[in-house]
Amino acid sequence: MSKEASATVGQTLDAIVDRIGREILAPLASDVDSQSRFPSEAFAAFRENGLLGAYVPSPLGGLGVNMRTLSHWCETLGNYCASTAMIFAMHQIQVACLVHHAGNSDHELDLIRQIARDQLLLGSATTEIGTGGDLGSSICAAEQTGDRVKLEKQAPVISYAEDADVIMVTARANPQATANDQVHVWVERTNATMQQIATWDALGFRGTRSLGYRLSAEVTPENVMSVPFGLILSRTMQPTAHILWSSLWLGMAENAASIARRSIRAASRKAPVPPTTSLRMAEMDEAVQQMRATLESGVESYQQILDTRNWQRTSAFSFGLAMNNIKISCSEALVDIVGKAMAIAGINAYRNDHEHTLGRHLRDAYGAMLMVNNDRIRTHNAAMQLAQR
Amino acid sequence: MQSRDATTSSIRQVLQDAGNLAVEVDSLTDIDDLYDAGLTSLNTVNLMLAIEDLFGIEFPDEFLNRDTFQSINAIADAVVSLGGGSQKGAVA
Repeated sequence: MSKEASATVGQTLDAIVDRIGREILAPLASDVDSQSRFPSEAFAAFRENGLLGAYVPSPLGGLGVNMRTLSHWCETLGNYCASTAMIFAMHQIQVACLVHHAGNSDHELDLIRQIARDQLLLGSATTEIGTGGDLGSSICAAEQTGDRVKLEKQAPVISYAEDADVIMVTARANPQATANDQVHVWVERTNATMQQIATWDALGFRGTRSLGYRLSAEVTPENVMSVPFGLILSRTMQPTAHILWSSLWLGMAENAASIARRSIRAASRKAPVPPTTSLRMAEMDEAVQQMRATLESGVESYQQILDTRNWQRTSAFSFGLAMNNIKISCSEALVDIVGKAMAIAGINAYRNDHEHTLGRHLRDAYGAMLMVNNDRIRTHNAAMQLAQR
Repeated sequence: MQSRDATTSSIRQVLQDAGNLAVEVDSLTDIDDLYDAGLTSLNTVNLMLAIEDLFGIEFPDEFLNRDTFQSINAIADAVVSLGGGSQKGAVA
């Protein structure tokens, strides 16, 4: 495809994502939130437009978009429904793990083709009861007997597990392996037995349905990714997750800011805007711009690594720290910006029954810094400071 | 200048003391993956400081990555390339 033609397709896709957001996500966001339900209408629309295979390279049947585009789409969707945008992001993170690290076997490539062809939704079971939230260690082990691999995992959280087609599970490479010696295994949901062990009645991101399960499954040895999980984590999962999450948080922040300005615009028709309110709006705008700049610097540095396949750079301690910093900064900026937007829009934002309500934004915003706790990430970053010049 | 063997055996001693590995250092070969053996990024910091101390070297920015600490051999390569083949204060 020529450069111009692919740019046109890119613009068309941007418009499609925005239209789905405006016409499908926005009107249902409140219902998805109050019912704490999976946004199935949104995912039907994503599937119809091939968006679940967005990151799958075109030779394998996908749309072949890059990380920068995924970031842009997550931001767009974050403007309309935080839960839906989060599920979209979580799916794309898993797809990126496969696309970047598969290819050593036909079985791995077949799965990627299948994601694009059948528009499979990928979920993930990384955290485990007893590992203290550390993705880099597992208790659960992949136990191979003949041509079967057995897994049993106590997962405190598997988001949208019941609506996912495939769940990517981390496990120790074998029952003798150390906690860090991990593999990434894909489990077709129809092959998994899932016993619910925890409910999901949270303040925000209610549509992600992040319930806990005891997951047991028996898969073929080909379902175990040939690359160690440690590599997948540092090269793809950590940077992609922090970038795509921050992207949708930026969308949420922009939307909150936009609602606040809309509310003041409406009020300005009746009475002049008080100077303090104008000043607060200017400050809010600064905060949004800073958040965007933080995110964009991360997107650009990771996109450059991907474009040059320069994986060496992801191995630097400073790269991991920088990606963590983006997550911490953007999630805290989100809470700050939603708070500023509430101060601007005032009582209308505080009311659940007003068109300028920011109740859902406020509840969702705190999830960004608490789900994958910032203090835990910061404690890690603090300890790593001595390994920086 | 220490021999390569002496360098790797010093590194093994540091690993035993500061690596906090999940397995015995003696059970590892020089090329085994230390992260698979339980080395965490946080323990890498302690390991780095101990190695700098022992060999009287300072790892520059471009060495501060996972690859440098991937195996005993990788650490030895780094130590040697930073001119730390002999232990500080040791009689060679």
